[in-house]
This record gives sequence, C-alpha cells and structure tokens, in this order.
Amino acid sequence: MNQKTLQVDALESEAIYIFREVVAQFEKPVLLFSGGKDSITLVRLAQKAFFPAKIPFPLMHIDTGHNFPETIEFRDWLTQELGVELIVRNVQDNIDNGTVKEETGRYASRNMLQTETLLDAIEEFGFDACIGGARRDEEKARAKERIFSVRDDFGQWDEKNQRPEVFDILNGKIDLGQNVRVFPISNWTELDVWSYIKKENIEIPSIYFAHKRKTFLRDGLIWSADDEVVFRDEEEEVLERMVRFRTVGDMSCTAAVLSDAVDITKVVEEIRDSSISERGARIDDKRSEAAMEKRKQQGYF
Amino acid sequence: MNVLKIATAGSVDDGKSTLIGRLLYDTKSLTDDKLEAIEEKSKQRGFDYLDFSLATDGLVAEREQGITIDVAHIYFSTRKKSFIIADTPGHIEYTRNMVTGASTAQASIVLIDARNGVVEQTYRHFFINNLLRIKDVVIAINKMDLVNFSEEKYNIIKGEIEYLASKSEYKNQNLTFIPMSALDGDNVVIPSENMSWYKGETLLHHLERLDAEDISEVSQTRFPVQTVIRPKTQDYHDFRGYAGKIYGGDFEVGDEVSVLPSQTKSTIKSIHFFNEEFAKAKSGSSVTITLDDNVNVSRGDMLVKVAEQPTIAKQLNATICWMDSAPLQASQKYYIKHGVNDAQAKITKLNTIIKTDFSGKIENPSALELNQIGDIQLKLSKPLLVDAYNQNKSNGSFILINPKTNNTVGVGFIR
Repeated sequence: MNQKTLQVDALESEAIYIFREVVAQFEKPVLLFSGGKDSITLVRLAQKAFFPAKIPFPLMHIDTGHNFPETIEFRDWLTQELGVELIVRNVQDNIDNGTVKEETGRYASRNMLQTETLLDAIEEFGFDACIGGARRDEEKARAKERIFSVRDDFGQWDEKNQRPEVFDILNGKIDLGQNVRVFPISNWTELDVWSYIKKENIEIPSIYFAHKRKTFLRDGLIWSADDEVVFRDEEEEVLERMVRFRTVGDMSCTAAVLSDAVDITKVVEEIRDSSISERGARIDDKRSEAAMEKRKQQGYF
Repeated sequence: MNVLKIATAGSVDDGKSTLIGRLLYDTKSLTDDKLEAIEEKSKQRGFDYLDFSLATDGLVAEREQGITIDVAHIYFSTRKKSFIIADTPGHIEYTRNMVTGASTAQASIVLIDARNGVVEQTYRHFFINNLLRIKDVVIAINKMDLVNFSEEKYNIIKGEIEYLASKSEYKNQNLTFIPMSALDGDNVVIPSENMSWYKGETLLHHLERLDAEDISEVSQTRFPVQTVIRPKTQDYHDFRGYAGKIYGGDFEVGDEVSVLPSQTKSTIKSIHFFNEEFAKAKSGSSVTITLDDNVNVSRGDMLVKVAEQPTIAKQLNATICWMDSAPLQASQKYYIKHGVNDAQAKITKLNTIIKTDFSGKIENPSALELNQIGDIQLKLSKPLLVDAYNQNKSNGSFILINPKTNNTVGVGFIR
C-alpha cells in the first residue's frame, strides 16, 4: 500500500471546497468559460472536485464573435476531451435582434455587449449560479467582491450592501429570479494561476506563448493587425513583432505584450519579474477609474 | 501556494491605507501602471504625497467619501512568503465587513495613532480579534514621527493594550508592539533610524516569520460531508466517495471513524485526491473518502475519529455578532448554517449584550442591534454536530440567515 501524505495546497483546497458547495446548494449551476487561463484553471479544479465523476454542470461561452481563433479552437478541443456540455451564446444575435447596439470608432469593443447576452442566457436556461474565474488581485473593484456574489433580476451587483461572508460558510440562499456569481479562485494571484498551470501541466491556447504576429502601436499598447476586428488608422504602421497575450479577452480590447516567453517556464518567470499589471493591457479598464465597478453593477461578470 | 492571511483594522485616519501602501511600495509589489495611476490621481486631487488609499478603496462611494466601506483583499509577496491582506473598514457601521475580513485571517494588525492612543475603535477591533481568537496580533503604533518618536508614548499605549489583554477570555494570543511611521516607512519594511530604543523587528520581518500552520489551532479531526460522489461509470461502478474538507486534525487510511449523527462505525478504506490515492491527508485538504462498510452518509453528516466525538446539540449557547439593521430579539426564527449543515433556529433567550471595551455586560436586554455583540440561546429544528469555538473554530461557528431576505444577519461562536 502506498504511504504518501497529501500536502495541503490552501488555495486549491479552498477552490475545490467552493465548487462542491455550488453543486450542493444550487439546482442549475454553469461554469462561464472564456477559453482564457483563469477559466481553464477553473475547469481543472472542477475536475478535481468531482473526480472520478464527471464535471456535473455545463460550460457556457458568451462569444463576442471577436475572439482569437486559437481560443475557440482550444475551447472546442477541451470540451470534447472532457465530455462536458458546451453552451455557446453569441453577442452577434443580440446585435442582430437589436437588443444591443454595436460600438463604433477607434476603441469600439464588444466587451460591454456581452452582459446582455449573458443575462439572456441565464434567463433562458434558468441558471441560479454562474461560476467565473475572476480574481481579486485583477482590479480594485474586484478586490471587494465576495466569493458568493448575489445578483438581482437585472444582474446588478449591490456593492455597498454585500452579504457578510465569514469563515468559509457560504450562504447561497436566494429569491427566485436572483442568481449568484461564484468566484472559486478569488484569492489567487496571476502568478498563482500561472504556477498552477505549470505544476499541473495544463494545456492552454497558443496565444499565451510568445509568437510572431503582425501588430501596430497605439497609445503605447501593441495591437494585433491580423484581423479586421481591431480598428486601425491607415497611418498606424504594421510590423511583425515577437509578442504574447497576458489576458485573452475580446480581440478589440486586448493588447499584446512584447515577449520571448515561448514556454510555460518562461511565462512564469516573466510574470514574476513583470512591472506592469495584468490588466494594464486591457483597454476596457482604462475607460475610467470606475470602469469595472460600473460594468459589474450592470451585470457584467 | 500557501499564503498568510492578515487582517488590518484601525480607526479612521490612523493611516491604514498608508501602511498597506508602504508595505506594497517598499516590497516593490506595486506595478508601474498602478503606481502611475496613484501618482496621477493624487496630483489631480491636489495632494503633495501619494495617496495609497486610492489603490485599495475600489468603490466609487469609498473614493468620494475617503473612507473604506467594504473589505478589500490585497495580495503581495516577498521572496520568503505570500500574503493576503484583508483591509477592513474602521467605521463602526461597517463592523460586519470588518468581521468578514478578519474571520479568515491567521494574523491581524491593529493600528493606533500614537497621538490619540487607545480610542473606542481600538477597543472594538481588539475585542473582535479576541472573539475570533486570532492568535497573532500586531499592535502597530503609527505616526510616531508626530510624537517625536517618544518611547514614553509607546509604553503608555503598550500598557493600555496589555491591560485589555489581561481582561480578555482568550489567553493564547501573541501580542507584538511595533512603533512605526507608515508615511516615512520607519519600522514597516526598513528598521527605523529614529527609534534606536526599539529593539524589536520591523512589521514585514515579523510577518515573514509567522508560519500559517503554527498559528492555526490544532484540534480534533472533523470531516463534514459536502456531497456524495457516485460516478456510476464502468470503471467506478461501485465507487461511493464522500467529498469534503478536513478540519482540525489528520485522517489516515485505516482510521476507525463514526458517521454522525447516526453514530454508525466504519473504517477509512481510501483517501482520494483527484486521480491519486493517499495514505494520509492533513487538516485543510479537500479530499474524497471511502469507507469499508456500505453505510448511509449524506450531505451534512460528519466523519470523526471514534475517540473524538463532538457534541450532538439541539440547543446552543453562543456569542453572536449582529450584522443586520433589523435587531435580533428573543423568539425570532432564522435559518442557521453551521459549516455545510442547515437547520432552523429559534432564539430562546437573549442573555446579555457584551461591552466591547471589556467593561462587562448588560443583562437581559430587549434587543441586539446592528454591530452589537451578545450572548444568546438557540433551539434547533434538528441536532447539529458541534464543538465549542474555543476548541474548534470551523466546527464552533455558524451564521444566521433571515428567512425573509435570505441575508446573512449574524455570526455566532458556540460556547
């Protein structure tokens, strides 16, 4: 018989505990899956929480239509590999039926428009818990959010009046029509996520690693010029650069960083030594100091 | 990835945000873009210093009013250790948010403005730290530069806190007093040149030395079952595992256990973590356990070692911190959530309100108002498997939920 002692990993153990509470306390949970490193980490943690049983809830992707093709490819591969159900709802449908209006101009992005599609999908399927990969170290409004964060019919976050959340007791009681956003990796930092991906040998989309890409510069940030999604002035010069992406949001609001980190070990080293925060390359946060808080009040995940 | 969780508490303008900012700044934890944003906003507001509260006060309402309303979680690491700071509000009306931040902390920092000494908020913060039984508490005597780095001032404050500690029920606390100036950085990360009379450590050095495992209390092993795992696949056709987190002590394969509340006895057959099996798992691990016998176990049941039985209680005596604007009164009904277990609870008696300045109790009050702390008795709709909070934190605490609003309205500590 083996004599191994399990070493405690406090963050991992906390996340698994949270997943199990979700399944026990809610009738229809769903994992919001973007194809980014945080939601990929969530999937691994969900696997661990219920092994040898399968992940007992579907994954849902709110597709802006402006995702990196590598991310979509990866999403389809992973869900097939795990044998879990994947639900995709498209922002394009909301644009087509006129419930949201596409932004125009230099900084046009579909990032904000996701909220409407998400709220529609929550209603369509009757989800009562949406599990997301947000972390408190990402942004200072996120730093304030509970692990079980209650939202009303309109998806609104009442940030000044959050439920107390003491010890690890999670109160998932809600009224009909309300839902809870659940954040199992609230207490992880970006470096924790990357170190975990390395330790667990988790597959991630290729755009997280340094690669050659046609790009142009604007406002000190590096934008992908490969695609028609990103607005570009004629005078903005396209050059091939060695870059990678630190976050994988909508193509129109996610800038690249110069990097030669071609594998996971180098990525972890790069993050450890970085002097720019993760969301420093997200133009959606730069709209105002309260950009994230405002989006969350409106039901953004 | 083990981290030390620290809660900070202090009265308004004690310099809490400045201290956290100083810790981040001197440990080079603020990235360039965040630092630039703070510089820009500070300038915009006409300050001639860096206002670090801009880094932590994440809500518009907080920045408008210049106060902290809710807990912010701040993450930083040094070469030796990773930390989470729960930056909790100082205002009395946000005490519930302070308890939220402090309840998961392994250590705590209470800030005192050296000019003002011990004030009402200090009593309250110190009291809550004691109620929560936080083992390692740093009393950060701040703004020493404004009292000419006076050793005498420091000693007066130290004496007052030691007097309070002598009146506390909780005796195992490690108290550390550090005189500092967060604004100038004295004794935060770098030893002060202005206080040669102080021979102790800097704040960071002290925090780096704390070991999360050393300061968590060791007690009897408790395994509340969160969910039952039955894959019913070909490979695992008869697998029936109990998923949960181990609290207090360890479990080993072969341990004789009782399943509560049925009190059925069995033996641990295997301990699973993902696709591996282990001979032993420690407190704090989320695992899946199988038993030798085919016993009936479901969510809310508990596995314990045969020789380590908790109390099976249909009535509780508890200290409660009230967190709702509608006061608690005797004969009201609530949901009680004890770990992963739910029941209904009726308040049978409101015994006392405890004064948070350690000056005693008010007997037989008619109600317990928001942010007050008191002793109560409860009757439960079904038996719960409990320990006293001073024996086992996780199994000795609970929350009360208002059945009409579903809000968490109180946190209880079983006596």
